[in-house]
Amino acid sequence: MRHPLLSFVIQRAGSGLISLVVVSVLVFVGTAMLPGDAAQAILGQDATPQALSELRQELGLNDPLFLRYWNWVAGALQGDMGMSFSSKRPVVEVLIPRLTNSMILALSAAAIALPLAIGLGIIAALNRESLLDRMISMVSMWLVSIPAFLSGYILINIFSTRLGWFPGLAIIRSSATLADWANALALPVATLVFITIAHTMRLTRTAILSVMASDYILMAEIKGLSPRRIVLKHALPNALSPILSISMLTIASLMVGVVVVEAVFSYTGMGKLMVDAVAYRDLPLVQACGVCFSLVFILFNFAADFLSILVNPRLREPKA
Amino acid sequence: MNRHSSASFLLSVCVLTGLVLVAIFAPFVAPYSPTDVLAAPFAMPNADNLLGTDALGRDLLSRTIYGLRYTLGIATFVTVVACALGVVLAIMAAVRKGWLDMVIGRGVDSVMAIPQIIFALIVLAVAGISLTTLVCTMIVLEATLFFRILRASAGDIAAMDFIEVARLRGEKLPWYIFREILPNLAPTLIAEFGIRFAYASLFISALSFLGVGIQPPEADLGGLVRENALAISIGRTAPLVPAFVIAAIAVAANGIVDWFVHKYSIRSELGQ
Repeated sequence: MRHPLLSFVIQRAGSGLISLVVVSVLVFVGTAMLPGDAAQAILGQDATPQALSELRQELGLNDPLFLRYWNWVAGALQGDMGMSFSSKRPVVEVLIPRLTNSMILALSAAAIALPLAIGLGIIAALNRESLLDRMISMVSMWLVSIPAFLSGYILINIFSTRLGWFPGLAIIRSSATLADWANALALPVATLVFITIAHTMRLTRTAILSVMASDYILMAEIKGLSPRRIVLKHALPNALSPILSISMLTIASLMVGVVVVEAVFSYTGMGKLMVDAVAYRDLPLVQACGVCFSLVFILFNFAADFLSILVNPRLREPKA
Repeated sequence: MNRHSSASFLLSVCVLTGLVLVAIFAPFVAPYSPTDVLAAPFAMPNADNLLGTDALGRDLLSRTIYGLRYTLGIATFVTVVACALGVVLAIMAAVRKGWLDMVIGRGVDSVMAIPQIIFALIVLAVAGISLTTLVCTMIVLEATLFFRILRASAGDIAAMDFIEVARLRGEKLPWYIFREILPNLAPTLIAEFGIRFAYASLFISALSFLGVGIQPPEADLGGLVRENALAISIGRTAPLVPAFVIAAIAVAANGIVDWFVHKYSIRSELGQ
Protein backbone atom coordinates (compact mmCIF):
# COMPACT_ATOMS: atom_id res chain seq x y z
CA MET A 1 0.00 0.00 0.00
CA ARG A 2 1.34 3.42 -0.91
CA HIS A 3 0.89 6.35 1.35
CA PRO A 4 1.72 9.48 -0.70
CA LEU A 5 2.23 11.83 2.25
CA LEU A 6 4.47 9.39 4.10
CA SER A 7 6.56 8.65 1.03
CA PHE A 8 6.92 12.40 0.44
CA VAL A 9 8.18 12.88 4.00
CA ILE A 10 10.63 9.99 3.70
CA GLN A 11 11.92 11.17 0.34
CA ARG A 12 12.45 14.75 1.51
CA ALA A 13 14.03 13.70 4.80
CA GLY A 14 16.39 11.52 2.79
CA SER A 15 17.43 14.28 0.39
CA GLY A 16 17.80 16.72 3.31
CA LEU A 17 20.12 14.25 5.03
CA ILE A 18 22.21 13.95 1.85
CA SER A 19 22.64 17.73 1.80
CA LEU A 20 23.78 17.77 5.43
CA VAL A 21 26.25 14.98 4.65
CA VAL A 22 27.53 17.05 1.70
CA VAL A 23 28.12 20.04 4.02
CA SER A 24 29.96 18.04 6.66
CA VAL A 25 31.95 15.85 4.25
CA LEU A 26 33.12 18.93 2.34
CA VAL A 27 34.91 20.12 5.46
CA PHE A 28 36.27 16.68 6.27
CA VAL A 29 37.76 15.98 2.87
CA GLY A 30 39.12 19.53 2.73
CA THR A 31 40.79 19.15 6.11
CA ALA A 32 42.40 15.90 5.02
CA MET A 33 43.84 17.52 1.88
CA LEU A 34 45.32 20.49 3.68
CA PRO A 35 48.94 20.62 4.76
CA GLY A 36 49.02 20.54 8.57
CA ASP A 37 46.10 19.22 10.58
CA ALA A 38 43.93 19.95 13.57
CA ALA A 39 46.73 19.17 16.02
CA GLN A 40 49.01 21.66 14.24
CA ALA A 41 46.24 24.24 14.22
CA ILE A 42 45.58 23.88 17.95
CA LEU A 43 49.21 23.81 19.10
CA GLY A 44 50.58 26.32 16.57
CA GLN A 45 53.67 26.27 14.33
CA ASP A 46 56.33 25.87 17.05
CA ALA A 47 54.84 22.80 18.76
CA THR A 48 57.23 19.94 19.51
CA PRO A 49 56.77 16.76 17.41
CA GLN A 50 56.24 14.91 20.69
CA ALA A 51 53.26 17.07 21.70
CA LEU A 52 51.88 16.94 18.16
CA SER A 53 51.86 13.16 17.96
CA GLU A 54 50.28 12.88 21.41
CA LEU A 55 47.49 15.26 20.48
CA ARG A 56 46.99 13.48 17.15
CA GLN A 57 46.57 10.24 19.05
CA GLU A 58 44.15 11.90 21.46
CA LEU A 59 42.06 13.50 18.69
CA GLY A 60 42.05 10.26 16.69
CA LEU A 61 43.75 11.93 13.72
CA ASN A 62 45.65 8.75 12.87
CA ASP A 63 42.46 6.85 12.13
CA PRO A 64 41.28 6.44 8.52
CA LEU A 65 39.12 9.26 7.17
CA PHE A 66 35.78 7.42 7.07
CA LEU A 67 36.22 6.27 10.68
CA ARG A 68 36.96 9.84 11.76
CA TYR A 69 33.89 11.02 9.89
CA TRP A 70 31.79 8.35 11.57
CA ASN A 71 33.13 9.38 14.98
CA TRP A 72 32.33 13.01 14.21
CA VAL A 73 28.74 12.17 13.22
CA ALA A 74 28.30 10.00 16.33
CA GLY A 75 29.68 12.83 18.48
CA ALA A 76 27.56 15.48 16.75
CA LEU A 77 24.40 13.47 17.39
CA GLN A 78 25.26 13.49 21.10
CA GLY A 79 25.97 17.22 21.07
CA ASP A 80 29.76 17.02 20.73
CA MET A 81 31.04 18.77 17.62
CA GLY A 82 34.72 18.92 18.50
CA MET A 83 36.96 21.73 19.73
CA SER A 84 37.16 25.19 18.21
CA PHE A 85 40.76 25.96 17.12
CA SER A 86 40.61 29.67 17.81
CA SER A 87 38.92 29.75 21.24
CA LYS A 88 40.09 26.28 22.41
CA ARG A 89 36.58 25.65 23.75
CA PRO A 90 34.04 23.00 22.73
CA VAL A 91 32.30 24.07 19.51
CA VAL A 92 28.82 23.50 20.95
CA GLU A 93 29.56 25.79 23.91
CA VAL A 94 30.58 28.58 21.50
CA LEU A 95 27.75 27.89 19.07
CA ILE A 96 24.61 27.71 21.21
CA PRO A 97 24.50 31.32 22.52
CA ARG A 98 25.29 32.62 19.00
CA LEU A 99 22.55 30.47 17.47
CA THR A 100 20.08 31.79 20.05
CA ASN A 101 21.03 35.39 19.19
CA SER A 102 20.59 34.74 15.47
CA MET A 103 17.20 33.09 16.04
CA ILE A 104 16.05 36.08 18.11
CA LEU A 105 17.12 38.44 15.31
CA ALA A 106 15.56 36.40 12.50
CA LEU A 107 12.29 35.69 14.29
CA SER A 108 11.84 39.34 15.37
CA ALA A 109 12.29 40.29 11.74
CA ALA A 110 9.78 37.62 10.71
CA ALA A 111 7.22 38.98 13.20
CA ILE A 112 7.31 42.32 11.37
CA ALA A 113 8.09 41.26 7.79
CA LEU A 114 5.42 38.55 7.47
CA PRO A 115 2.26 40.55 8.31
CA LEU A 116 3.59 43.55 6.37
CA ALA A 117 4.57 41.61 3.25
CA ILE A 118 1.48 39.41 3.20
CA GLY A 119 -0.77 42.42 3.77
CA LEU A 120 0.86 44.35 0.94
CA GLY A 121 0.73 41.28 -1.31
CA ILE A 122 -3.01 40.91 -0.73
CA ILE A 123 -3.59 44.62 -1.34
CA ALA A 124 -1.56 44.45 -4.56
CA ALA A 125 -3.45 41.38 -5.78
CA LEU A 126 -6.89 42.83 -5.01
CA ASN A 127 -6.04 46.05 -6.83
CA ARG A 128 -4.41 44.24 -9.71
CA GLU A 129 -2.91 46.40 -12.48
CA SER A 130 -3.89 49.57 -10.60
CA LEU A 131 -1.41 52.36 -9.97
CA LEU A 132 -0.98 51.08 -6.40
CA ASP A 133 -0.14 47.56 -7.62
CA ARG A 134 2.40 48.91 -10.11
CA MET A 135 4.02 51.07 -7.47
CA ILE A 136 4.26 48.17 -5.04
CA SER A 137 5.84 45.90 -7.66
CA MET A 138 8.20 48.68 -8.81
CA VAL A 139 9.43 49.32 -5.25
CA SER A 140 9.75 45.60 -4.59
CA MET A 141 11.95 45.20 -7.67
CA TRP A 142 14.23 47.90 -6.25
CA LEU A 143 14.26 46.29 -2.83
CA VAL A 144 15.36 42.84 -4.09
CA SER A 145 18.32 44.46 -5.83
CA ILE A 146 19.59 46.44 -2.85
CA PRO A 147 22.37 44.72 -0.90
CA ALA A 148 21.77 44.39 2.86
CA PHE A 149 24.80 46.52 3.70
CA LEU A 150 23.45 49.45 1.68
CA SER A 151 20.09 49.53 3.47
CA GLY A 152 21.86 48.85 6.78
CA TYR A 153 24.33 51.72 6.42
CA ILE A 154 21.63 54.11 5.20
CA LEU A 155 19.55 53.25 8.29
CA ILE A 156 22.60 53.75 10.55
CA ASN A 157 23.39 57.05 8.88
CA ILE A 158 19.86 58.38 9.37
CA PHE A 159 18.64 56.87 12.64
CA SER A 160 21.89 56.48 14.52
CA THR A 161 24.40 59.11 13.39
CA ARG A 162 22.00 61.92 12.49
CA LEU A 163 18.96 61.37 14.71
CA GLY A 164 20.63 59.37 17.49
CA TRP A 165 17.50 57.27 18.08
CA PHE A 166 19.10 53.83 17.95
CA PRO A 167 22.66 52.51 18.35
CA GLY A 168 24.56 51.80 15.12
CA LEU A 169 26.17 48.71 16.64
CA ALA A 170 23.85 46.05 17.98
CA ILE A 171 25.84 45.10 21.06
CA ILE A 172 23.94 43.08 23.65
CA ARG A 173 25.33 43.02 27.19
CA SER A 174 24.52 40.10 29.46
CA SER A 175 22.51 42.41 31.74
CA ALA A 176 20.35 43.64 28.84
CA THR A 177 16.67 44.19 29.59
CA LEU A 178 13.90 43.70 27.06
CA ALA A 179 14.02 47.42 26.26
CA ASP A 180 17.80 47.22 25.62
CA TRP A 181 17.21 44.33 23.24
CA ALA A 182 14.49 46.18 21.37
CA ASN A 183 16.67 49.26 21.10
CA ALA A 184 19.70 47.34 19.84
CA LEU A 185 17.71 45.16 17.44
CA ALA A 186 15.64 47.95 15.86
CA LEU A 187 17.99 48.72 12.96
CA PRO A 188 19.18 45.15 12.19
CA VAL A 189 15.56 43.99 12.20
CA ALA A 190 14.54 46.85 9.91
CA THR A 191 17.37 45.91 7.51
CA LEU A 192 16.28 42.27 7.43
CA VAL A 193 12.68 43.33 6.82
CA PHE A 194 13.86 45.44 3.85
CA ILE A 195 15.76 42.61 2.21
CA THR A 196 13.05 39.93 2.55
CA ILE A 197 9.78 41.82 2.21
CA ALA A 198 9.82 42.15 -1.59
CA HIS A 199 10.10 38.47 -2.39
CA THR A 200 7.46 37.41 0.15
CA MET A 201 5.12 40.07 -1.17
CA ARG A 202 5.48 38.95 -4.78
CA LEU A 203 4.86 35.33 -3.84
CA THR A 204 1.74 36.30 -1.85
CA ARG A 205 0.43 38.39 -4.74
CA THR A 206 0.89 35.48 -7.17
CA ALA A 207 -0.76 33.03 -4.76
CA ILE A 208 -3.81 35.27 -4.25
CA LEU A 209 -4.12 35.94 -7.98
CA SER A 210 -4.07 32.24 -8.79
CA VAL A 211 -6.83 31.60 -6.24
CA MET A 212 -8.86 34.53 -7.58
CA ALA A 213 -8.64 33.03 -11.08
CA SER A 214 -10.38 29.78 -10.03
CA ASP A 215 -13.83 28.80 -11.24
CA TYR A 216 -15.47 28.89 -7.81
CA ILE A 217 -14.53 32.55 -7.45
CA LEU A 218 -16.13 33.24 -10.83
CA MET A 219 -19.16 31.27 -9.62
CA ALA A 220 -19.33 33.37 -6.45
CA GLU A 221 -19.16 36.52 -8.56
CA ILE A 222 -21.94 35.28 -10.83
CA LYS A 223 -24.07 34.52 -7.80
CA GLY A 224 -23.73 38.22 -7.01
CA LEU A 225 -21.84 38.00 -3.74
CA SER A 226 -20.17 41.15 -2.48
CA PRO A 227 -16.41 41.43 -3.24
CA ARG A 228 -15.74 41.55 0.51
CA ARG A 229 -17.54 38.27 1.08
CA ILE A 230 -15.82 36.64 -1.90
CA VAL A 231 -12.39 37.57 -0.58
CA LEU A 232 -12.99 36.74 3.08
CA LYS A 233 -15.15 33.61 2.76
CA HIS A 234 -14.06 32.08 -0.54
CA ALA A 235 -10.58 33.22 -1.51
CA LEU A 236 -8.73 33.60 1.79
CA PRO A 237 -9.37 30.10 3.20
CA ASN A 238 -7.97 28.62 0.00
CA ALA A 239 -5.04 31.03 -0.11
CA LEU A 240 -4.13 30.17 3.47
CA SER A 241 -1.95 27.18 2.64
CA PRO A 242 0.20 28.94 0.05
CA ILE A 243 0.54 31.87 2.47
CA LEU A 244 1.63 29.54 5.27
CA SER A 245 4.26 27.94 3.11
CA ILE A 246 5.43 31.35 1.85
CA SER A 247 5.88 32.30 5.53
CA MET A 248 8.10 29.26 6.09
CA LEU A 249 10.22 30.17 3.03
CA THR A 250 10.55 33.71 4.36
CA ILE A 251 11.79 32.52 7.74
CA ALA A 252 14.29 30.25 5.96
CA SER A 253 15.65 33.17 3.94
CA LEU A 254 15.73 35.42 7.04
CA MET A 255 17.88 32.84 8.86
CA VAL A 256 20.44 33.08 6.06
CA GLY A 257 20.02 36.85 5.65
CA VAL A 258 21.42 37.33 9.14
CA VAL A 259 24.96 36.56 7.86
CA VAL A 260 25.47 39.94 6.18
CA VAL A 261 23.24 41.92 8.56
CA GLU A 262 25.19 40.71 11.59
CA ALA A 263 28.42 41.87 9.94
CA VAL A 264 26.93 45.34 9.32
CA PHE A 265 25.83 45.78 12.94
CA SER A 266 28.59 43.73 14.64
CA TYR A 267 25.85 41.62 16.20
CA THR A 268 27.17 38.53 18.00
CA GLY A 269 25.15 35.91 16.15
CA MET A 270 25.99 32.70 14.34
CA GLY A 271 26.55 34.46 11.00
CA LYS A 272 29.32 36.64 12.37
CA LEU A 273 30.71 33.63 14.22
CA MET A 274 30.92 31.67 10.98
CA VAL A 275 32.49 34.50 8.97
CA ASP A 276 35.13 35.01 11.69
CA ALA A 277 35.74 31.26 11.78
CA VAL A 278 36.32 31.27 8.00
CA ALA A 279 38.86 34.10 8.35
CA TYR A 280 40.72 32.15 11.09
CA ARG A 281 40.19 28.86 9.23
CA ASP A 282 38.73 27.42 12.41
CA LEU A 283 37.34 24.42 10.51
CA PRO A 284 35.45 22.58 13.30
CA LEU A 285 33.57 25.80 13.99
CA VAL A 286 32.91 26.46 10.27
CA GLN A 287 31.64 22.91 9.93
CA ALA A 288 29.30 23.19 12.92
CA CYS A 289 27.94 26.59 11.79
CA GLY A 290 27.52 25.27 8.24
CA VAL A 291 25.59 22.22 9.41
CA CYS A 292 23.47 24.36 11.74
CA PHE A 293 22.57 26.97 9.09
CA SER A 294 21.82 24.27 6.52
CA LEU A 295 19.71 22.28 8.97
CA VAL A 296 17.54 25.29 9.84
CA PHE A 297 17.25 26.22 6.15
CA ILE A 298 16.35 22.68 5.09
CA LEU A 299 13.81 22.28 7.91
CA PHE A 300 11.90 25.46 7.07
CA ASN A 301 11.94 24.66 3.34
CA PHE A 302 10.65 21.21 4.17
CA ALA A 303 7.91 22.71 6.34
CA ALA A 304 6.90 24.94 3.43
CA ASP A 305 6.54 22.00 1.01
CA PHE A 306 4.93 19.80 3.63
CA LEU A 307 2.26 22.40 4.44
CA SER A 308 1.36 23.00 0.83
CA ILE A 309 1.16 19.29 0.09
CA LEU A 310 -0.88 18.61 3.22
CA VAL A 311 -3.56 21.08 2.21
CA ASN A 312 -3.51 20.44 -1.53
CA PRO A 313 -3.85 16.69 -2.21
CA ARG A 314 -3.36 17.22 -5.94
CA LEU A 315 0.34 17.91 -5.31
CA ARG A 316 0.81 14.48 -3.73
CA GLU A 317 0.88 12.64 -7.03
CA PRO A 318 3.82 13.49 -9.27
CA LYS A 319 2.63 15.14 -12.45
CA ALA A 320 2.78 12.95 -15.54
CA MET B 1 3.41 47.02 -22.33
CA ASN B 2 3.09 50.55 -21.07
CA ARG B 3 5.18 53.68 -21.53
CA HIS B 4 6.36 53.58 -17.95
CA SER B 5 8.03 50.15 -18.31
CA SER B 6 9.73 51.10 -21.56
CA ALA B 7 11.17 54.17 -19.87
CA SER B 8 12.53 52.14 -17.00
CA PHE B 9 13.91 49.63 -19.52
CA LEU B 10 15.74 52.37 -21.45
CA LEU B 11 17.07 53.82 -18.21
CA SER B 12 18.31 50.37 -17.13
CA VAL B 13 20.06 49.81 -20.46
CA CYS B 14 21.73 53.24 -20.25
CA VAL B 15 22.89 52.70 -16.64
CA LEU B 16 24.31 49.24 -17.33
CA THR B 17 26.00 50.27 -20.60
CA GLY B 18 27.43 53.34 -18.87
CA LEU B 19 28.84 51.28 -16.02
CA VAL B 20 30.34 48.70 -18.39
CA LEU B 21 32.00 51.44 -20.48
CA VAL B 22 33.38 53.14 -17.37
CA ALA B 23 34.79 49.80 -16.18
CA ILE B 24 36.41 49.05 -19.56
CA PHE B 25 37.94 52.50 -19.93
CA ALA B 26 38.77 52.91 -16.23
CA PRO B 27 42.33 54.26 -16.79
CA PHE B 28 40.96 57.05 -19.00
CA VAL B 29 37.90 57.86 -16.90
CA ALA B 30 39.35 57.74 -13.38
CA PRO B 31 40.73 61.16 -12.36
CA TYR B 32 43.51 59.68 -10.18
CA SER B 33 45.34 56.44 -9.60
CA PRO B 34 43.32 54.26 -7.22
CA THR B 35 46.38 53.72 -5.01
CA ASP B 36 47.69 57.31 -4.59
CA VAL B 37 47.18 58.92 -1.20
CA LEU B 38 46.01 62.44 -1.99
CA ALA B 39 44.35 64.02 1.02
CA ALA B 40 43.17 63.48 4.59
CA PRO B 41 41.15 60.31 5.26
CA PHE B 42 37.37 60.54 4.75
CA ALA B 43 37.52 64.02 3.22
CA MET B 44 34.12 65.37 2.22
CA PRO B 45 33.37 65.59 -1.52
CA ASN B 46 35.13 68.65 -3.02
CA ALA B 47 36.36 69.98 -6.34
CA ASP B 48 39.52 67.83 -6.30
CA ASN B 49 37.90 64.65 -5.07
CA LEU B 50 34.38 64.62 -6.45
CA LEU B 51 33.19 61.88 -4.08
CA GLY B 52 35.65 62.61 -1.26
CA THR B 53 38.42 60.30 -0.09
CA ASP B 54 38.54 56.88 1.53
CA ALA B 55 39.93 55.56 4.83
CA LEU B 56 43.54 56.19 3.70
CA GLY B 57 42.93 59.45 1.84
CA ARG B 58 42.70 57.92 -1.65
CA ASP B 59 40.26 59.29 -4.23
CA LEU B 60 36.97 57.46 -3.70
CA LEU B 61 35.70 58.04 -7.25
CA SER B 62 38.83 56.51 -8.80
CA ARG B 63 38.75 53.57 -6.40
CA THR B 64 35.07 52.96 -7.13
CA ILE B 65 35.76 53.01 -10.89
CA TYR B 66 38.53 50.44 -10.52
CA GLY B 67 36.42 48.41 -8.06
CA LEU B 68 33.66 48.32 -10.67
CA ARG B 69 36.09 46.50 -13.00
CA TYR B 70 36.46 43.66 -10.50
CA THR B 71 32.75 43.37 -9.70
CA LEU B 72 31.54 43.49 -13.32
CA GLY B 73 34.43 41.36 -14.56
CA ILE B 74 33.87 38.57 -12.04
CA ALA B 75 30.07 38.68 -12.36
CA THR B 76 30.27 38.51 -16.17
CA PHE B 77 32.85 35.73 -16.26
CA VAL B 78 31.03 33.64 -13.64
CA THR B 79 27.63 34.06 -15.31
CA VAL B 80 28.93 33.23 -18.81
CA VAL B 81 30.78 30.08 -17.72
CA ALA B 82 27.98 28.95 -15.38
CA CYS B 83 25.43 29.50 -18.16
CA ALA B 84 27.44 27.44 -20.65
CA LEU B 85 27.93 24.68 -18.08
CA GLY B 86 24.25 24.74 -17.09
CA VAL B 87 23.07 24.62 -20.71
CA VAL B 88 25.33 21.71 -21.65
CA LEU B 89 24.40 19.67 -18.56
CA ALA B 90 20.67 20.45 -18.85
CA ILE B 91 20.48 19.47 -22.50
CA MET B 92 22.57 16.35 -21.97
CA ALA B 93 20.34 15.33 -19.06
CA ALA B 94 17.17 16.07 -21.03
CA VAL B 95 18.28 14.22 -24.17
CA ARG B 96 20.10 11.26 -22.68
CA LYS B 97 17.89 10.87 -19.57
CA GLY B 98 18.63 7.70 -17.53
CA TRP B 99 21.31 7.54 -14.86
CA LEU B 100 23.15 10.66 -16.08
CA ASP B 101 20.01 12.74 -15.65
CA MET B 102 19.41 11.28 -12.21
CA VAL B 103 22.97 11.78 -10.95
CA ILE B 104 23.15 15.41 -12.12
CA GLY B 105 19.64 16.10 -10.83
CA ARG B 106 20.32 14.68 -7.38
CA GLY B 107 23.68 16.47 -7.19
CA VAL B 108 22.07 19.79 -8.09
CA ASP B 109 19.28 19.19 -5.56
CA SER B 110 21.66 18.55 -2.70
CA VAL B 111 23.78 21.63 -3.48
CA MET B 112 20.67 23.79 -3.85
CA ALA B 113 19.32 22.67 -0.48
CA ILE B 114 22.30 24.37 1.18
CA PRO B 115 22.07 28.16 1.42
CA GLN B 116 24.44 29.57 -1.22
CA ILE B 117 26.37 31.90 1.04
CA ILE B 118 26.88 29.13 3.61
CA PHE B 119 28.15 26.77 0.88
CA ALA B 120 30.57 29.44 -0.33
CA LEU B 121 31.82 30.17 3.21
CA ILE B 122 32.52 26.47 3.82
CA VAL B 123 34.41 26.04 0.55
CA LEU B 124 36.42 29.22 1.16
CA ALA B 125 37.32 28.05 4.68
CA VAL B 126 38.46 24.66 3.43
CA ALA B 127 40.25 25.65 0.22
CA GLY B 128 41.51 29.02 1.43
CA ILE B 129 40.49 32.40 0.09
CA SER B 130 41.78 33.01 -3.43
CA LEU B 131 40.37 34.44 -6.64
CA THR B 132 40.35 30.97 -8.26
CA THR B 133 38.41 29.37 -5.38
CA LEU B 134 36.00 32.29 -5.32
CA VAL B 135 35.26 32.15 -9.05
CA CYS B 136 35.00 28.35 -9.17
CA THR B 137 32.61 28.24 -6.19
CA MET B 138 30.40 30.90 -7.72
CA ILE B 139 30.38 29.07 -11.07
CA VAL B 140 29.25 25.82 -9.41
CA LEU B 141 26.50 27.59 -7.44
CA GLU B 142 25.23 29.56 -10.42
CA ALA B 143 25.42 26.57 -12.78
CA THR B 144 23.10 24.56 -10.49
CA LEU B 145 20.47 27.31 -10.81
CA PHE B 146 20.89 27.50 -14.59
CA PHE B 147 20.57 23.71 -14.73
CA ARG B 148 17.43 23.65 -12.59
CA ILE B 149 15.49 26.12 -14.72
CA LEU B 150 16.78 24.87 -18.10
CA ARG B 151 16.35 21.16 -17.39
CA ALA B 152 12.59 21.61 -17.08
CA SER B 153 12.28 23.62 -20.32
CA ALA B 154 14.74 21.39 -22.19
CA GLY B 155 12.72 18.34 -21.10
CA ASP B 156 9.54 19.87 -22.54
CA ILE B 157 11.27 20.75 -25.79
CA ALA B 158 13.06 17.40 -26.12
CA ALA B 159 9.64 15.68 -25.92
CA MET B 160 8.27 17.70 -28.86
CA ASP B 161 7.51 16.09 -32.21
CA PHE B 162 10.04 18.11 -34.20
CA ILE B 163 12.86 16.64 -32.11
CA GLU B 164 11.53 13.16 -32.81
CA VAL B 165 11.41 13.98 -36.51
CA ALA B 166 15.01 15.21 -36.43
CA ARG B 167 16.06 12.05 -34.64
CA LEU B 168 14.27 9.87 -37.18
CA ARG B 169 15.92 11.82 -40.00
CA GLY B 170 19.15 10.52 -38.52
CA GLU B 171 20.49 13.85 -37.27
CA LYS B 172 23.38 13.71 -34.82
CA LEU B 173 23.14 14.91 -31.21
CA PRO B 174 25.09 18.20 -31.66
CA TRP B 175 22.91 19.12 -34.63
CA TYR B 176 19.63 19.00 -32.82
CA ILE B 177 21.08 20.60 -29.72
CA PHE B 178 22.22 23.64 -31.69
CA ARG B 179 19.56 23.78 -34.37
CA GLU B 180 16.44 22.65 -32.50
CA ILE B 181 16.71 22.78 -28.73
CA LEU B 182 18.89 25.83 -28.10
CA PRO B 183 16.90 28.33 -30.22
CA ASN B 184 13.73 27.27 -28.37
CA LEU B 185 15.41 27.69 -25.00
CA ALA B 186 16.76 31.15 -25.86
CA PRO B 187 14.07 33.38 -24.25
CA THR B 188 14.19 31.53 -20.91
CA LEU B 189 17.96 31.47 -21.10
CA ILE B 190 18.31 35.21 -21.72
CA ALA B 191 15.97 36.12 -18.85
CA GLU B 192 17.76 33.73 -16.51
CA PHE B 193 21.12 35.13 -17.60
CA GLY B 194 20.07 38.63 -16.51
CA ILE B 195 18.78 37.44 -13.14
CA ARG B 196 21.91 35.40 -12.49
CA PHE B 197 24.17 38.28 -13.52
CA ALA B 198 22.47 40.60 -11.02
CA TYR B 199 22.71 37.89 -8.39
CA ALA B 200 26.40 37.21 -9.10
CA SER B 201 27.21 40.93 -8.69
CA LEU B 202 25.40 41.02 -5.35
CA PHE B 203 26.99 37.74 -4.26
CA ILE B 204 30.64 38.64 -4.93
CA SER B 205 29.98 42.02 -3.28
CA ALA B 206 28.52 40.35 -0.18
CA LEU B 207 31.49 37.97 0.11
CA SER B 208 34.00 40.80 -0.25
CA PHE B 209 32.02 42.87 2.23
CA LEU B 210 32.30 39.97 4.71
CA GLY B 211 36.07 39.95 4.14
CA VAL B 212 36.20 36.55 2.46
CA GLY B 213 36.07 37.74 -1.17
CA ILE B 214 38.64 39.85 -3.05
CA GLN B 215 41.50 40.48 -0.62
CA PRO B 216 43.26 43.82 0.02
CA PRO B 217 45.17 45.63 -1.44
CA GLU B 218 42.86 44.84 -4.38
CA ALA B 219 39.26 45.88 -3.84
CA ASP B 220 36.00 45.30 -5.66
CA LEU B 221 32.90 47.32 -4.79
CA GLY B 222 32.02 45.11 -1.81
CA GLY B 223 35.60 45.35 -0.56
CA LEU B 224 35.38 49.17 -0.80
CA VAL B 225 32.27 49.15 1.37
CA ARG B 226 34.18 47.09 3.92
CA GLU B 227 37.33 49.23 3.99
CA ASN B 228 35.30 52.40 4.43
CA ALA B 229 32.75 50.99 6.90
CA LEU B 230 34.24 53.01 9.78
CA ALA B 231 33.26 56.29 8.11
CA ILE B 232 29.60 55.55 8.85
CA SER B 233 30.10 55.87 12.62
CA ILE B 234 31.55 59.39 12.21
CA GLY B 235 28.71 60.50 9.99
CA ARG B 236 30.49 60.27 6.63
CA THR B 237 28.96 58.43 3.71
CA ALA B 238 32.04 56.93 2.00
CA PRO B 239 30.83 53.28 2.10
CA LEU B 240 27.48 54.28 0.60
CA VAL B 241 29.11 55.28 -2.73
CA PRO B 242 30.31 51.79 -3.80
CA ALA B 243 27.18 50.26 -2.20
CA PHE B 244 24.97 52.45 -4.41
CA VAL B 245 26.89 51.38 -7.51
CA ILE B 246 26.33 47.69 -6.61
CA ALA B 247 22.61 48.38 -6.19
CA ALA B 248 22.59 50.25 -9.53
CA ILE B 249 24.09 47.22 -11.33
CA ALA B 250 21.50 44.86 -9.83
CA VAL B 251 18.54 47.22 -10.30
CA ALA B 252 19.49 47.86 -13.94
CA ALA B 253 20.00 44.17 -14.73
CA ASN B 254 16.69 43.24 -13.08
CA GLY B 255 14.98 46.13 -14.88
CA ILE B 256 16.08 44.77 -18.25
CA VAL B 257 14.95 41.24 -17.29
CA ASP B 258 11.58 42.58 -16.12
CA TRP B 259 10.95 44.23 -19.47
CA PHE B 260 12.10 41.15 -21.36
CA VAL B 261 9.93 38.81 -19.27
CA HIS B 262 6.86 41.00 -19.89
CA LYS B 263 7.61 41.26 -23.58
CA TYR B 264 7.99 37.52 -24.16
CA SER B 265 5.64 36.59 -21.29
CA ILE B 266 8.09 34.12 -19.83
CA ARG B 267 7.11 32.40 -16.64
CA SER B 268 9.76 33.44 -14.19
CA GLU B 269 10.65 33.16 -10.55
CA LEU B 270 9.81 36.83 -10.19
CA GLY B 271 6.20 35.73 -9.85
CA GLN B 272 4.80 38.25 -12.29
